[in-house]
Amino acid sequence: MPEKDKDKISRRDFISNTIRGVCLLGLGGTLGLVATRTQAGDTVWQIDPNKCIGCGRCADHCVLEISAVKCVHNFAMCGYCKLCTGYFEPQPNALNTGAENQLCPTGAIRRSFVEHPYYEYEIDEELCVGCGKCVVGCNAFGNGSLFLQIRHDVCVNCNECAISVVCPSGAFKRVNASKPYILKGEEGE
Amino acid sequence: MIYGYCKISGAVLLIICLLFAFAPNYAFSVQRFPPPQFKSGHVLPETTQAPPRSDFYEYLDAGVLLAALAVATYLALKRRSRTGLLILTIFSLAYFGFWRMGCVCAVGSVQNVTITLFQTGYSIPLVVVIFFALPLIFTLFFGRTFCAAVCPLGAIQDIFVIKPVRVPRWLDRGLRVIPYLYLGFAVLFAATGSAFIICEYDPFIAFFRRGGRAAILAFGGLLLILGMFVGRPYCRYLCPYGVVLSWMSKASKWHVSITPNECIQCRLCEDSCPFEAIDSPTEEKANTPRTEGKGRLITLIILLPLFIAMGVGLGAGVGSYLSRIDPDVRLAERIWLEDTGQIDEMDDASEAFRKTGRPSSELFAEAKQLRRQFRIGSMILGGFLGLFTGIKMISLSIKRSRKDYETNRTHCVSCGRCFSYCPVEKDEK
Ligand code: SF4
Ligand code: SF4
Ligand code: SF4
Ligand code: SF4
Repeated sequence: MPEKDKDKISRRDFISNTIRGVCLLGLGGTLGLVATRTQAGDTVWQIDPNKCIGCGRCADHCVLEISAVKCVHNFAMCGYCKLCTGYFEPQPNALNTGAENQLCPTGAIRRSFVEHPYYEYEIDEELCVGCGKCVVGCNAFGNGSLFLQIRHDVCVNCNECAISVVCPSGAFKRVNASKPYILKGEEGE
Repeated sequence: MIYGYCKISGAVLLIICLLFAFAPNYAFSVQRFPPPQFKSGHVLPETTQAPPRSDFYEYLDAGVLLAALAVATYLALKRRSRTGLLILTIFSLAYFGFWRMGCVCAVGSVQNVTITLFQTGYSIPLVVVIFFALPLIFTLFFGRTFCAAVCPLGAIQDIFVIKPVRVPRWLDRGLRVIPYLYLGFAVLFAATGSAFIICEYDPFIAFFRRGGRAAILAFGGLLLILGMFVGRPYCRYLCPYGVVLSWMSKASKWHVSITPNECIQCRLCEDSCPFEAIDSPTEEKANTPRTEGKGRLITLIILLPLFIAMGVGLGAGVGSYLSRIDPDVRLAERIWLEDTGQIDEMDDASEAFRKTGRPSSELFAEAKQLRRQFRIGSMILGGFLGLFTGIKMISLSIKRSRKDYETNRTHCVSCGRCFSYCPVEKDEK
């Protein structure tokens, strides 16, 4: 190889090494900055039940066929009302478990008698689609013990939750995976 | 509707009507009915809290990524095996795509890293940092082997390359500007905490999750059909992470080469790359005077600040429009219209806002701040785009002499398709 070509090659090597050094430095710098705010554990999406207004978008905008958002019940807050406004249609024909009396479109709430005059309401998460109808009903006239949460056995933890984009109340946030639920009435603990 | 209930029971009527009278707005979490003291000793059921996927699996994903990158690099650079790469491609598609449902991916992680740099409230999981960094580090040393067979988005497109046609060079190189814009916007929106557009418009994730918005499904389907003829359209003309990868690749220490030995200028590989990533040897034009090229170079260098200034100006102009992407800015506009009586009805968002009891002025201040961030951000973004345009034009006008057929380090995704076209390769085997 003639001297001139060799020179050229070593010069090119030098330049490319320099550029690589710069790239490495840039990448290292970025990572260094990011490292100060890195956490070992994962984060997951969750709904802040105190912000949610039960608009119904949760049922339609999850990327999953049946939304990962479900209604959950904080039993300790519940009044065990006979006339549960989260369970019954606004104008029920009768206070029984007939489908035509129920607010829930999928019949996902199970009503069972405890003792006079109290009834217990449990959510069947297999059936719940997260439409929030019961949540609105419970909040309007009851104790607000029904609320929506992302269930993490279903959720695939999208990098950007598709519902968070359309949620009108800004209720979605990322929380630490070690404390993945925001249970109403127990947030302070 | 309240009267409907009243029909049923007098007592309930009384309670509800009283409640209604004393609680004009239904603030949430009001203990209207005291939880009962059960005489029968009934025990309250627990509210179940199904745990998310354990962190162990997240780190397993990172491990698989590292292994896949190592294998891809070995197959591309050392073994020079297209078949091997194809098998790995299918594995990556199955694992990162269909099994892990495409989240989190390196492409989207750009946004997480950006938001970490700009928003103090956000803390990024280590796994996401790993997904962001590993492919870049590998690319800096070995070229884009991540794109070759690891990235699930690249993988799904790669197996759809059936009958590639050649896109004219000028068109191809022209369209390759779009990813810069895309990256710029993605960074801007992530930095302001407004949106993750890379995730929102990821065309293939709907396939990976077997469900999603109809528009996105259609877009992804179209891209795949197009991809049968125009190889990897997302990679070439959209992928924002590809921009960063291409910078790294350009500076990479090692890189796949078409021929295992010396190029004999047989031209057989000329048309083999479906992604327009093979550069032909430069023709020796003895009669073009060197000074002409020099003159153009100097003009361009002088014009560079002008390009930047134009970009900044453009950014300043569009900044406030872009800010409307941010939900808080939109909400503030809505509240403003309502407060000033220009709109009578509340929508869901403004209703939710009113319920929080926050004063409008606070929201307005926040929106103003955001708008300012957007203006500054888009000016910086414009400046960068101007700078890149200038640099691109300068690099185009610098004549490099090339004697052989070579892979273009910026654009080559190290897929290994060209290997088998080289007769030198066959001789060696
Ligand atoms: S989209 Fe938001 S406000 Fe609507 S139901 Fe879901 S969490 Fe509640
Ligand atoms: S993160 Fe994804 S899967 Fe989970 S609730 Fe949101 S959209 Fe549904
Ligand atoms: S260019 Fe982007 S989408 Fe294509 S393989 Fe590379 S990282 Fe993946
Ligand atoms: S390895 Fe060859 S065929 Fe594949 S992208 Fe690079 S130049 Fe094109």
